[in-house]
Amino acid sequence: MNENIDLKLHVWRQNGPSDGGRFEDYTGYAKNISTHASFLEFLDVVNDRLILDGKEAIAFDHDCREGICGSCGVVINGQPHGPQRATTTCQLHMRKFQTGAEIWVEPFRARAFPVVKDLAVDRSGFDRIVQAGGFITARAGSAPDANEIPVPKTVADKSMDAAACIGCGACVAACPNASASLFTSAKVAHLGLLPQGQAERMKRAISMVGQHEKEGFGACSNHYECEAACPKQVSVEFIARMNRDHLKAQLTYVESAGKDGGAG
Amino acid sequence: MELRSNAPTGPIEKRWDQHRFDMKLVNPANKRKFEVIMVGTGLAGAAGAASLADLGYNVKAFCYQDSPRRAHSIAAQGGINGAKNYQGDGDSIHRLFYDTVKGGDFRARESNVYRLAQVSVDIIDQCVALGVPFAREYGGLLANRSFGGAQVSRTFYARGQTGQQLLLGAYSALERTIAGGKVKMNTRCEMVDVIVSEGRAVGIVTRDLVTGKIESHLADAVVLATGGYGNVFYLSTNAKGCNATAAWRAHKRGALFANPCFTQIHPTCIPQGGDYQSKLTLMSESLRNDGRVWVPRKHDDVTKDPRTLSEKDRYYYLEEKYPAFGNLMPRDIASRQAKFVCDEGLGVGPEINGVRRGVYLDFADAIKRDGKQTIAEKYGNLFEMYERITGEDPYQVPMRIYPAIHYTMGGLWVDYNLMSTIDGLFVGGEANFSDHGANRLGASALMQGLADGYFVLPYTVGNYLATKGKSKVTESDAIVKQTVDETKARFQRLIDVGQKGHQTVDSFHRKLGTYIWDHCGMERKADGLKKALAEIPKLREEFHADVKITGSGEGLNRELEKAQRVADFFELGELMCRDALERDESAGCHFRTEHQTNGECVRDDERYAHVAAWEWKGKDVAAREGNQVRHVEPLSFEYVKLTQRSYK
Ligand SMILES: Cc1cc2nc3c(=O)[nH]c(=O)nc-3n(C[C@H](O)[C@H](O)[C@H](O)COP(=O)(O)OP(=O)(O)OC[C@H]3O[C@@H](n4cnc5c(N)ncnc54)[C@H](O)[C@@H]3O)c2cc1C
Ligand code: FES
Repeated sequence: MNENIDLKLHVWRQNGPSDGGRFEDYTGYAKNISTHASFLEFLDVVNDRLILDGKEAIAFDHDCREGICGSCGVVINGQPHGPQRATTTCQLHMRKFQTGAEIWVEPFRARAFPVVKDLAVDRSGFDRIVQAGGFITARAGSAPDANEIPVPKTVADKSMDAAACIGCGACVAACPNASASLFTSAKVAHLGLLPQGQAERMKRAISMVGQHEKEGFGACSNHYECEAACPKQVSVEFIARMNRDHLKAQLTYVESAGKDGGAG
Repeated sequence: MELRSNAPTGPIEKRWDQHRFDMKLVNPANKRKFEVIMVGTGLAGAAGAASLADLGYNVKAFCYQDSPRRAHSIAAQGGINGAKNYQGDGDSIHRLFYDTVKGGDFRARESNVYRLAQVSVDIIDQCVALGVPFAREYGGLLANRSFGGAQVSRTFYARGQTGQQLLLGAYSALERTIAGGKVKMNTRCEMVDVIVSEGRAVGIVTRDLVTGKIESHLADAVVLATGGYGNVFYLSTNAKGCNATAAWRAHKRGALFANPCFTQIHPTCIPQGGDYQSKLTLMSESLRNDGRVWVPRKHDDVTKDPRTLSEKDRYYYLEEKYPAFGNLMPRDIASRQAKFVCDEGLGVGPEINGVRRGVYLDFADAIKRDGKQTIAEKYGNLFEMYERITGEDPYQVPMRIYPAIHYTMGGLWVDYNLMSTIDGLFVGGEANFSDHGANRLGASALMQGLADGYFVLPYTVGNYLATKGKSKVTESDAIVKQTVDETKARFQRLIDVGQKGHQTVDSFHRKLGTYIWDHCGMERKADGLKKALAEIPKLREEFHADVKITGSGEGLNRELEKAQRVADFFELGELMCRDALERDESAGCHFRTEHQTNGECVRDDERYAHVAAWEWKGKDVAAREGNQVRHVEPLSFEYVKLTQRSYK
């Protein structure tokens, strides 16, 4: 049952944001790979061989290797997270490839995701979008009893569908405009659907959409490549929802005159 | 050294309230004059940083990932306990307290556990207020399930992604306080030492993982919320970056390390597939409600297609040995029995280093009884995950499972205020040893992380600052430069050796993990532990002489990061073995084969009803005899009567 394959491997190497970067041919390091290994374990094996050969290991982000932390993510043969639907790079396994297959690995590419090194990119723009309004202001100790506000099951479930986003950035890499609309809208919808999230709903839509633009992410022009690439299959319906909230907020939202902490 | 828990006395229900009242407060206008360092922004750290910032303190926070949203807490699936008694099934704060003390096999401090059960109620309120989309009933109220053998339904959950949703809640609060300017977040930045001046923690040394820059950060108090040390085993269910460095560096600067041998094994993980394997994946324990565990009876059958083996050739070892509980035996016993049958040569799946480590978890009977549809509704996503990883369809072929290390109850010793034996160094979440004794109950780690972060540290750190005032240490103090220089030298040594070495960091880590797993894993015995204590130092010396690291110290270098973590794992691994050897009893997850009745733990309360806390005495040498001294904090049980558990 354990089969080994040989691959023709090309990996993007780039020594920091100012380096031009290039593909290196690592076919010599990509032989005899177990089909039971995950894609990242395949890169581990290649790295081990590179190191023993005195070369620097390929840098890539990863942590949980269970498809939930959102750290991993590379473009494999043109597809963010590779060929398997609804699957992160760390959960992709080598049995999806035939012996002799050609594999091109490169980082998620977007103006707002500068390369840190090789396959690792800087996705801190996502954090700043959340800072702009992706929260409900509730200090520890100030909360009412959790069952005080019932939330209909359908609403809670829909909110959870949006909240399932792992913030990996595949949606941006897949979008021809490098838009982060799917990411942003998932957070806007997760909180905006819940009764607890109503107080800040309009402000949230304005601030988050504004920050999205400031970060240099493109606008959504309905290609829907994002949903297809999303390992958690977050739906594009949330983008429409965000646009509605944003439009309404632009027409109705007035910033309160009183100053308080927090973002905005 | 006398270990003072500083736990209040008096009626247990009143202790925390009274303690909070007795604590000193910092005047609101003065809070902004204090700096607090928060290392780690998982559940404990993110909740703690946001709460301290909301109170008005200035916080500098650190994590090694590119975003605080990716901390290992995100991977928790099952749920979080809260003694809300929303189901009206007889739960209460007292019952959660009782279950936790008993489940921990009487090796935790009653006062701490009671407080944990008390604030569990507030945690659920707080999380809902932050927008955590917990599962709901049709009426809109919160749903609960029973978890890990508990007799009441007190576990709150968000599909199979509870940890993710709780972390995203705490992360959103953290990001809000970052935007408000009260928290300065440093991502991709690893703490590699703590700065201690005249017994007080006054800062940390970090290495920027992108630029390689090593520098100091000063503060009036330091909090570590850096998670557990399960990765000492190499193969674990932890994220790849989880490490013991922060805790271990603090230990070497004077913080006692408590109960390092208390580590928990989870019975239902996907077995190792080959020697390239980098981590193990956990599958929910709920699978054991319907799956039957078995191995072939005969050695000759272990490579045969399991579907071809007749009933009489199958060994349903849990059902046979424990007819009353069968496949639902507690985690530790189910795990040890699996190891036992595999050691006998009855294991299934790929052979790695001469042993097949896997047992079947078979759903054929359940599918026959309930239909495929019902089973798919219950476990569909788990079956999918299993198939993605193994390429096998569990509706057709029995699953293969094997235990894996999952959680570490041991950690830095802390008092009731969560302060370590270094003044001003606090420890929260999995990194401390405080609440779970020798065994943690399911859904209680998330609860403890958030309890520490939202509801305990904000008070106790404030009390410390009010009492001690600001630190007077500045960047120009000799101790700051000295600590930074020592760190730089430590990294330089690794880089120098790394250029000439021949073996990769991972290859050493794998070997270390094998020693620990074999001798200080599910089962420990004196001669095995002694053997490990003889072998680990040799391997460590070899590591420091022959590890291969390419690349330089400037810039992003994952091999160097791993190497310095593995160097610390070597020392901690050795201490785990020593602790396991000296604790000459079985308790919870610490199973000494010498002390058992038919596979169940036999405690020795006369001699070991205490916390063992190790003090580092050595200089730069290893954790060998003489370099570490064992201290004890006696435990007394006023509210939960000491009893032995029995499942026969
Ligand atoms: C697969 C799995 C499933 C689980 N399921 C459950 C469950 O259902 N219920 C439950 O209650 N518990 C569960 N647990 C346990 C629980 O998830 C953890 O114990 C808990 O989340 C730990 O939280 P923490 O905040 O202490 O640490 P973590 O979430 O591990 O966070 C550690 C933080 O410290 C940082 N850090 C670490 N070292 C350094 C350093 N040297 N310098 C700077 N930063 C550093 C990291 O970047 C991170 O931010 C599970 C664990 C696993 C492995
Ligand atoms: S490594 Fe966490 S999602 Fe892939």
